[in-house]
Amino acid sequence: MTLRATSRDAGPVTVVDFSGRITLGDGSALLRKTLRDLLEERRTRILLNLGDVDYIDSSGIGELVSGYTSVKNRGGELKLLNLTKKVHDLLQITKLYTVFDVHSDEHAAVLSFR
Amino acid sequence: MTPESKHLEVTLETQVESVNLAEEMCLRVAEAAGFGEDECYRIGMSVREGVINAFHYGNQERPDKKIYLAVDLTQDKMTIHVVDEGRGFNLRDVPDPLAEENLLSTSGRGIFLMRAFMDEFDVVAGRTGGAEIIMSKKLPAGGSSSPNGLGGGGGQSAARRHGS
Repeated sequence: MTLRATSRDAGPVTVVDFSGRITLGDGSALLRKTLRDLLEERRTRILLNLGDVDYIDSSGIGELVSGYTSVKNRGGELKLLNLTKKVHDLLQITKLYTVFDVHSDEHAAVLSFR
Repeated sequence: MTPESKHLEVTLETQVESVNLAEEMCLRVAEAAGFGEDECYRIGMSVREGVINAFHYGNQERPDKKIYLAVDLTQDKMTIHVVDEGRGFNLRDVPDPLAEENLLSTSGRGIFLMRAFMDEFDVVAGRTGGAEIIMSKKLPAGGSSSPNGLGGGGGQSAARRHGS
């Protein structure tokens, strides 16, 4: 399933709704481009809604980590919202659940940004 | 190879599309062998990671090199082989992605995922001089390597496909 991304504003936070698979190739490339474009627009409070993403491979994980580091290096924050069970379990076993700030409520997630 | 066992192999191009092709092929075999949804997910992910490893690290994304994928289905397990044409590698040299200093690494989780998701996992020197990943999953109770498992009749079936 091709990955799709739609950005919207929630106050000072940019929410990106993803749907599909974040895997080697087009999926990872779209995630990378989306985050790069946001950073070029100086948007550094980013919430990735992964509620419709049911599959991420190691390439997708790598892009998430790369994005997290890039945003953090710009003084911003990248957080995750609405993980599906498979993605949640994947972040658990790779210990990345301890790295990312993960939320299940969008309103609370938006308020959590500094 | 016993009369009940099945063997399938394909030769894949070193390109991104081969990752999806390999995953889909192995998923069909796994589903037909009786694996449930969760186990199919783990097998599919492991095949993806094995072929990504061959594509990126083994063959260095060089289109003149091939990736060899083989699936063996016996009465008790499904075994997958992924062979590349690279220089090979030693598992002991692969960094631990769970180590604190590697948590923010953007790569290096494929081997870990294959180990986590499969029952058996090893890397040996392949016939091509590159690495051969061998990983297997025990068949579920009640599963079978029926003739439908690989689309053939009784006995050994084999298919070879060049390119993707």
